[in-house]
Amino acid sequence: MRFTKKDILDIHSLDPEEITLILDTAMGMKEISQRPVKKVPTLRGKTIVLFFQEPSTRTKLSFEIAAKRLSADSVAIAKAGSSMTKGETLIDTVKNLEAMRPDVIVMRHGSSGAAYLVANRVDCSVINAGDGIHAHPSQALLDMMSVREKKGHLSGLKLAMIGDIAHSRVARSDIAGFSKMGAQVWVCAPRTMIPAGIEALGCTVALTMEACVADADVIMMLRIQKERMNDILFSTEREYAGWFGLNRDRVALAKKDVTIMHPGPMNRGVEISSDVADAGYSIILDQVTNGVALRMALYYLVAGGSRHADTD
Amino acid sequence: MRTLIKGARVLDPGKLDGNKTVLISGQTIEAVLDPSDPVPGNAADLRVVDADGLVLVPGLMDIHVHLREPGHEYKETIATGAAAAARGGFTAVCAMPNTVPVNDNAQVTRFILEKAGAAKGARVYPVGAVTRGSAGTQLAEIRDMRLAGVVAVSDDGRPVENAQLMRRALEYCDGLFIPVFVHAEDLSLVNDGAMNEGPAATFHGIPGIPNAAEAVMVARDILLSRLTGAHVHFCHISCEESIDLIRNAKQQGVRVTCETAPHYFTLIDEDVKGYDTRFKMNPPLRSKKDRQAVIQGLVDGTIDVIASDHAPHSKEEKDLEFDRAAFGIVGLETALPLSLKLVQDKHVTLENLIMKMAKHPARILGINNDIIPGNPADLTLIDLEDKGVIDPDRFVSKSRNTPFTGMAVQGTAVATMVNGAFVFERRHA
Repeated sequence: MRFTKKDILDIHSLDPEEITLILDTAMGMKEISQRPVKKVPTLRGKTIVLFFQEPSTRTKLSFEIAAKRLSADSVAIAKAGSSMTKGETLIDTVKNLEAMRPDVIVMRHGSSGAAYLVANRVDCSVINAGDGIHAHPSQALLDMMSVREKKGHLSGLKLAMIGDIAHSRVARSDIAGFSKMGAQVWVCAPRTMIPAGIEALGCTVALTMEACVADADVIMMLRIQKERMNDILFSTEREYAGWFGLNRDRVALAKKDVTIMHPGPMNRGVEISSDVADAGYSIILDQVTNGVALRMALYYLVAGGSRHADTD
Repeated sequence: MRTLIKGARVLDPGKLDGNKTVLISGQTIEAVLDPSDPVPGNAADLRVVDADGLVLVPGLMDIHVHLREPGHEYKETIATGAAAAARGGFTAVCAMPNTVPVNDNAQVTRFILEKAGAAKGARVYPVGAVTRGSAGTQLAEIRDMRLAGVVAVSDDGRPVENAQLMRRALEYCDGLFIPVFVHAEDLSLVNDGAMNEGPAATFHGIPGIPNAAEAVMVARDILLSRLTGAHVHFCHISCEESIDLIRNAKQQGVRVTCETAPHYFTLIDEDVKGYDTRFKMNPPLRSKKDRQAVIQGLVDGTIDVIASDHAPHSKEEKDLEFDRAAFGIVGLETALPLSLKLVQDKHVTLENLIMKMAKHPARILGINNDIIPGNPADLTLIDLEDKGVIDPDRFVSKSRNTPFTGMAVQGTAVATMVNGAFVFERRHA
């Protein structure tokens, strides 16, 4: 199968075959990171711009390391150093970036849909590294990769997702991705964090935390964003932790071989207790490791792989 | 100079409907004749307009437009806005006060009227601000503006958040015999919302604006109208909850009227695709259910008026991330064709539609626009059969921000007369 998409903008625009291809490619890439010399020449001569308009540590680093392992040249620009702070529009900024002929623009932006806006205006590939509260496809793909690696398959699994669904691009992308691959996705949170019509994305809203995690194969905890306190989503972290925090008692309701995930960064003692985060069933650090491989796969598929096979 | 419009079906809702000949002398209607009647007076200076197959109606009035002058002339000027209105079949528009500076004093009112007088287009009725700078803290000098020519007041674009200030504004305006046009919006419920709260917003990851953001303010101002007895007119009503409240208030005899805009009975939130900012306006496009409620409100008379909420913006203000793009769409040149779809779809009769686009707006402003001798000759000629496609490149408005590009429509204004003179006449090929 050939990958023909120019851009990776969200999970919604990928079909199950494409998702499988990405996950298979990423498994191949993972081996590279285990070698003593963690570098292959696959994308030599390709230029990747990391255009991050929002703070990011792990996602940006992951995309950067992925580029280096494939021998691509990567350059990062941040909001503080860009013309955006001088009043330039997003489109003008990326048109200027495009004029320098990058092969891929990896972008993170605070506005939902920003990656769409850019992808429609530039000829190079655009990988969405998170846009507003809309999508974070590479995160969802690495989550699927990690679960598939652990469980051997995705279809038929029960995934329980707990946290601020309303303001989470990870949640939207994971719901779309896991449900597309045949998993049953359950979500749970205070009503303040459940957006209207979320079921249409492919999930069931559980009425209680207990119902959500019951017999779950995978539990994914979302980060409580302290900067959202102005939105009046909950009263105190203490109360939240008691109502929706993941602790050993709640883990015990899930399947015996349950896998615990968190996209990071974690608030220990709030949405997840430390003993759960550090326990053997947690694959939180595997997610980070797989993130590099997954992003290598995305680069390869849009910039170096079969999409360009005819010209290489 | 006299003009004779003959052959048209003359439709003055509630007054007249038939094949009549209308004689205009100078700025006024001189006579409404039967086709067989002799034309009085000298035939030498008579311009005869053959209007066979057309419908002649009282001049359409759009009581909610933004002309952007003074301050944002790059979006629209009074001259281009008045010309766009004329092309859309409107003989008069109400210009909202959210200009820079805000129309919150008589000098700005007089400036607008001076510019409007020089423009060749629709009449411009200025709407003054309720509060100074529309900042919501102190009453503006409304009597001064009334004497200078405002026909209503509004802080449109923003709500009057303070209920006591709103109560006082209503009482104050009642004594000046003008309505308060209410932009019903609870800003705390809107928060950072940019489209209708619901599955479409959730799918796109765009923060939602709930119906209640509009309806809670509608409810408050119904109560304040009931308290004061003053006339409240609700602008751009978009959702079922507001319509239910207004229907109920009217049944109880509360002195409220309301308008909706063509986009609220034409489009829904599911039409917002690919972060297309041309579909971004405030209030936002609502659900299918709300669209049906708007149509029902038009049918049962709860909604008195169709107004465009013409909100011109430059390309630069729209070609942005969805949450950063300006709210608003242009509407003067699409309102009539879009509204005629209501007639074609048999929701309302043509007579009913002209009520909502000409007679009710005039009644709200206290203007008599009957087609009778002695009244100013403000008239619109409509071709109900004309088939076309909405093409923003042909707009005379300065702005092109419309979601209706390429939509097939039937029926359009072919001539617009203000004070006895044609301010728009479609040239036939």
